[in-house]
Amino acid sequence: MAYLELKNVCKSYGEGKNKTEVLRNINLKIEEGEFVAIVGFTGSGKTTLINLIAGLIEPDSGQVLFKGKPIQGTSHERGIIFQNYSLLPWLTVYDNVAMAVKTVFPNWKPKEVEEHVNSFIAKVNLSHAAHKKPKELSGGMRQRVAVARTLAMKPELILMDEPLGALDALTRGNLQEEILNIWSEDKRTALLITNDVDEGVFMADKVIPLRPGPKATLGPEFDIKIDRPRDKTALNHNDNFKKLRNSIIEYLMEIGAERTAGQEVSAYELPDLVPLQFS
Amino acid sequence: MKTMTIKTVKFIGLGYLEPLIRLIAGEEVKKNAKEAFKKIMIPLLSVFFFILLWQSFSDYLNNVESEMKIEKALQDQGPEAAKKLEECIASGDISCRPNSLPSPLMVVGALGKLWDDHLLLSSKKADFIQQYAAVNEERLAKGETEIKYTGRPSFVDQIFTSLKTVFAGFLLSIIIAIPMGILLGLSETLRTSFNWIVQIFKPVSPVVWLLLVSMIVKTILANVDVEKSFVISFISVGLCSMWATLVNTSAGVSSVDKDYINVAKVLQLGTYQKIFKIILPSSFPMIFTGLRITLSVAWMVLIAIELLAQSPGLGSFVWEEFQNGSSDSNSKIIVAMFVIGLIGFMLDRIMMIFQKLLTFNN
Ligand SMILES: Nc1ncnc2c1ncn2[C@@H]1O[C@H](COP(=O)(O)OP(=O)(O)O)[C@@H](O)[C@H]1O
Ligand SMILES: [Mg+2]
Repeated sequence: MAYLELKNVCKSYGEGKNKTEVLRNINLKIEEGEFVAIVGFTGSGKTTLINLIAGLIEPDSGQVLFKGKPIQGTSHERGIIFQNYSLLPWLTVYDNVAMAVKTVFPNWKPKEVEEHVNSFIAKVNLSHAAHKKPKELSGGMRQRVAVARTLAMKPELILMDEPLGALDALTRGNLQEEILNIWSEDKRTALLITNDVDEGVFMADKVIPLRPGPKATLGPEFDIKIDRPRDKTALNHNDNFKKLRNSIIEYLMEIGAERTAGQEVSAYELPDLVPLQFS
Repeated sequence: MKTMTIKTVKFIGLGYLEPLIRLIAGEEVKKNAKEAFKKIMIPLLSVFFFILLWQSFSDYLNNVESEMKIEKALQDQGPEAAKKLEECIASGDISCRPNSLPSPLMVVGALGKLWDDHLLLSSKKADFIQQYAAVNEERLAKGETEIKYTGRPSFVDQIFTSLKTVFAGFLLSIIIAIPMGILLGLSETLRTSFNWIVQIFKPVSPVVWLLLVSMIVKTILANVDVEKSFVISFISVGLCSMWATLVNTSAGVSSVDKDYINVAKVLQLGTYQKIFKIILPSSFPMIFTGLRITLSVAWMVLIAIELLAQSPGLGSFVWEEFQNGSSDSNSKIIVAMFVIGLIGFMLDRIMMIFQKLLTFNN
C-alpha cells in the first residue's frame, strides 16, 4: 500500500458549455519518506492537483488515498505551502507562524509554542524580522515565512506548490537548500510542484512531468539516483544529473511541441487577455 | 526629530505641512520653498478670495435689502420716514440694519459674543454649584435628589450636547450594524433575503426616521423618566447613519480573499476562530470605511434631527436663532455653520487616525 495514492482522479471546472476538464485519470503513488517533484507548464493543472491532495477541493471521480484511506477535507497531517504565500497581512511573521502552531498543538504551553515558533523562524533565517508585517518583507522573505509556517506544523506529508516560483534565481537557490536542510532533519514525505526542471532534479528523489492540460495526465517517472546531501555546484558537473535533466527537458519540449502543433490545426486566435498570474 | 514630526503630521492627514517643516529645517531650501508656497500659500490665497467674495456678496445683498426697505417706507409712510430710515441705515445703527447675509466681520463679532456669553454662563454655573454644594450634600445624605443648575445652555454647552448625541447614535449604529453586517456577510441566504430592507430603508430621510422613532419611543418610554428628546434624536441618528457600516461590513465579510479562507481550512479552524481570526481582521479596512461614512452622516443628520426633535444641541441653537430674528442671529447661524463643518472634519480625521492605527492596509 502506497503512502499517498491517486487513482484515476479527474477534475473539471465550470458547468455545461464552459466546462473544462483540467485533470484526467491522474494516477500517482508516493511511498513514505519519498521526495517527489512534479514539473509542468503554467496552467497545466498543478495547483489543482496539489489542492486535491491537500483536501481543499474534491475530485469529480477517482480516489485520493492517504495511508490507505480516502481523504476527507484538510488535515494537519498534510501541510501545504501555497503558491502565493497566503500570509495573513494583519499578523506579524511571528504571529503568522504562531497561529498555525497553536492550532495544530493546542495543548502546548505558551513557552513551548514560543520556542518552537522561534526555532522555525531561525531555521529560515528570519529571526531579525520576526516582528515585521508581511508587507514590510521582500518576496523571498515572505516565502520563507510561508515555509516556516507549514513546516512548524510538523506535517507528515509536506505539499509545496511552486514555493519558489516567484523568486529570483539567487534567492531561489538559497531557499532550495534551506528547505532541503529542514526537510532532511526528519525526512518526511514531500511533494514539490515546480516549473523548473533543475529545481526538481536537485531536490527530489523522483521527478514526474505533468502533461499540460486541459485533460492533464502524469508522464513517466524519472528516478533521481543522486546521493544526498547534494551540492549544487558539484551537480553541474555530474553526468548523471545532466543526463536526467536533459531527458526531462526533452520530454517536456516534445509534449510542448505536440500541444502547439495541435493548436495550429485550429485557427489560432490571439486571446484578448492580460496575464494576471504567470504560474 | 524632523522625520518624526513629518511622520506624525502625515499620520494625522496634514501631509501638506511637510515642505514647510523641511523648509524650517533648512533642507533643500529652494525646492521646499516652492513646494510650501504651492501647498500652503495657494490654499491660503483661496481662503482670502473666499472671504473677499463673501464680503462683496453680503454687501450686495444688504444694499438690495436696504433699498427695498427704503422704497417700502416711502410708499407706506411717505418721504420723511424714508429719509429717516436711509440716515439710520447709513449710520449703521443696529435697530435698522438690513437683515441679510452677514459679512465676515459680523460673524467674527458674533463668535466673540458667543464666547463671552459662554464665559458668563459658565461662571454663573460655577457660582451656582458652589452655592448649592453644601445643600446638595445634605439632600443626598437624606436620600433626596440634588438641586440641578437649570440655566440657559451656552453655545459651547450646545456643542458638547450635540457631540454627546452623535456619539450615542454612532455607538448605537455600531452595535446594530456590525453584528448584522457580519451575519449578512456570512450567509448568502440571509443576504439575499434581507437585501430589500437595506435597499428600502437606506435612502429614507432623517426626518422620516425621526417621526418613526418618536412614534415608537413615546409609547415605550411613556412612563420612564428619561430625556425623551435625547433618546429620540440619538436613536434616529443611529438608524439613519448605520447603513453604510452595515453594507460595508457585509461586503467585507462576504468577500474575504480566498487565500485566507484556504489558510483557515488548512489550519482547520472552527467557525468561531475562523470568524475572529480570519474573516473579521481581513474585512476590518472595509468595516472602518463604513464607520467613517456612518460618523459623517450621523453628524450631518444630527443637526436636522435636533432641530426637529427640539432636543438641545447645535441644531436647536440654529433653529432658535433663526426664530429669534435678533440683529446678530444670522451671524450666529453662520458661526454655527462653520463650527459644524469644522467638527465634522475633525471627527473624520479622528476616525482616519483610528483606521490607520487599527487596520493593516497602509
Ligand atoms: N477555481 C477555478 N475555476 C475555474 N477554472 C480554474 C479554477 N482554478 C483553476 N482553473 C483553471 O484550471 C487550469 C489549471 O489551473 P492550475 O491548477 O492553477 O494550473 P497551474 O497551477 O499548473 O498553473 C487553468 O486553465 C485554470 O484557468
Ligand atoms: Mg499553480
